[in-house]
Amino acid sequence: MEQQGLDLMDQALGFHSNKAQQQPWPLCGRFVLVEDCVDTSGAFVLHHILKRSFTSHPSSAVIFLAFANPINHYDRVLRKLGCNLASQRDTGRFFFLDMLMLQCPVEGEPNHDGLAAVFEKIERVINELSPENKKFVTVIVDDISCLELAANGSSNDVLDFLHYCYTLTSENGYALVALNHQDIYSDGERPAFKLEIEYLADILVKVDPLATGLAKDVHGQVMVLNKETQKQHGISSIKVNNFHFKIKENNTEYFYAGTRT
Amino acid sequence: MATTRTRVSSFAPNLSSVKSSQHLGLKNGPNGATFISSGISDLDKILGGGFTLGSLVMIMEDAEAPHHMLLLRNFMSQGLLHRQPLLYSSPSKDPRGFLGTLPSPGSSKDDISREPSHEKDLRIAWQYKKYFSVPQLNINTNNGGQHDYCNDLDLRKPLERHFITSNNVDCVSIQNSQNLDVLKDRCAEFLAQFSRNEGGSSSAGRIAIQSFCSPQCKYSDMEWHMLSFIRSLKGMARSSNVVVVVTFPPSLLSPSCSKRLQHMADTLLSVRAIPDEDKELAKLLTGYQDMVGLLNVHKVARLNTQVPVILEATTFSIKLQKRKYLVFECLNQAPVDGSGGSSYGNYDGCSRSTKAVSLDF
Repeated sequence: MEQQGLDLMDQALGFHSNKAQQQPWPLCGRFVLVEDCVDTSGAFVLHHILKRSFTSHPSSAVIFLAFANPINHYDRVLRKLGCNLASQRDTGRFFFLDMLMLQCPVEGEPNHDGLAAVFEKIERVINELSPENKKFVTVIVDDISCLELAANGSSNDVLDFLHYCYTLTSENGYALVALNHQDIYSDGERPAFKLEIEYLADILVKVDPLATGLAKDVHGQVMVLNKETQKQHGISSIKVNNFHFKIKENNTEYFYAGTRT
Repeated sequence: MATTRTRVSSFAPNLSSVKSSQHLGLKNGPNGATFISSGISDLDKILGGGFTLGSLVMIMEDAEAPHHMLLLRNFMSQGLLHRQPLLYSSPSKDPRGFLGTLPSPGSSKDDISREPSHEKDLRIAWQYKKYFSVPQLNINTNNGGQHDYCNDLDLRKPLERHFITSNNVDCVSIQNSQNLDVLKDRCAEFLAQFSRNEGGSSSAGRIAIQSFCSPQCKYSDMEWHMLSFIRSLKGMARSSNVVVVVTFPPSLLSPSCSKRLQHMADTLLSVRAIPDEDKELAKLLTGYQDMVGLLNVHKVARLNTQVPVILEATTFSIKLQKRKYLVFECLNQAPVDGSGGSSYGNYDGCSRSTKAVSLDF
């Protein structure tokens, strides 16, 4: 992993240069939940983590469940960030599961296991991974709201699916990353859905617009809440980081409020 | 085409319409995007070129005013003028009737005065010019070229019959449908013609769906059904050379359903009515009497890129110039009376997020 260029986001997520030897992938066994809203999209965080997944360890693999955009979109975005998805796919390190048109059958019809089939697919992909690539797997879900749509609004199915994925990844030391649009649930009928997922998450990355409105130099603010970084003496700590960001084509700049370079 | 190349000013950026002028009405943009005109040149400028092919445009209606129809009319008419096939759906019994209200290009005598003439009168102090972004695409310098891409549509002049009666237009009424499956199939057929994958036609198409969740439709309470329709429409549109414009009234949906639709949109606009005879507003804004409504640009399509589009202003006034042409103008605050109390109202030029997010230092 590159020693230089550990930006604020990397540090907030738990990447520390000196611990690189002990625990190569700080997201091992953890669930990162990214929340955003209509005004400010949090997809750039997913792109950031996706890129880091490949550079974390030579034998890491990524399984990407795409409900929101086709592969060309991610390919172009990541290429500008300096990561070639096509070649990663060819070397068996990147698996793109295109779920854009997935629609689970409505209840009452015989086949009620739409999301179960998706989970089985993930398991199958993991089992078929070559041993070298099996060490550190990251499962990325973009995004949970579309997943809920695909499940015809059955939030219980979605929660079950996430629980299954979390169990799978935490037991094997893999990482789970998901994006959720939190403003859908804030005024809605089921705020519990969002709260349950937040509770399940180990790292919560909240992307919001600036309270003062839009700006060209600062695109928004991020709050990263990292639970249980080190369980020392049985005391779990919670680390909170707040900073601003500006998204560019070839990377995203993170800086503390008011320290725009 | 070689002839067009010589007419473009030598100072124009390379992103001009030259390459794609094989197909009338297409323009290349950044990140491999191709634009088609919305039919309103001000809106094309605001959006940085027009509507991106493959994107889903959603317009949030105001239940008190039909301004979204103005946007739809221009969008549909522009497509027909460029011979781009159109699929139109509305909750009325006879959608074809609406085609009779589509505007036609205005006569060249009434050219809308554009920025070049304004710039002569208003000289911006040089050190502030750097804060104004240079328009990306060369739309203004060449009037002939501009009309190839976007016509000045006269809302009082109906479109000639031969544009409407051609095989280019397909209409679907959703008033009596139990659900959206019929419309979904028609859209799927239409989109398949413009698929980018299997060497479908490389020209562009347009889909306009008006008020798709209005209460007179039988499925209007089936929110998940409507959401999954839009989701599948978006998925299909992404891999085709079509722009889908959908209008919906957010006040008639549950807040979470409305938010989901807003998230699904690639480009999100909203139109609002302006109350007549509002003294507060009249004091706040110049030109209030001419304003028909307000347009808000919430999101601009970012296909193939992660960089958001930050606009100089997100609220614009809708005006009918000479009562014929739809224009959008930045809001100008009237000079503030020093003795008065408040100066910034809700209709400021910049968007204001009213959420208070707690920050931990």
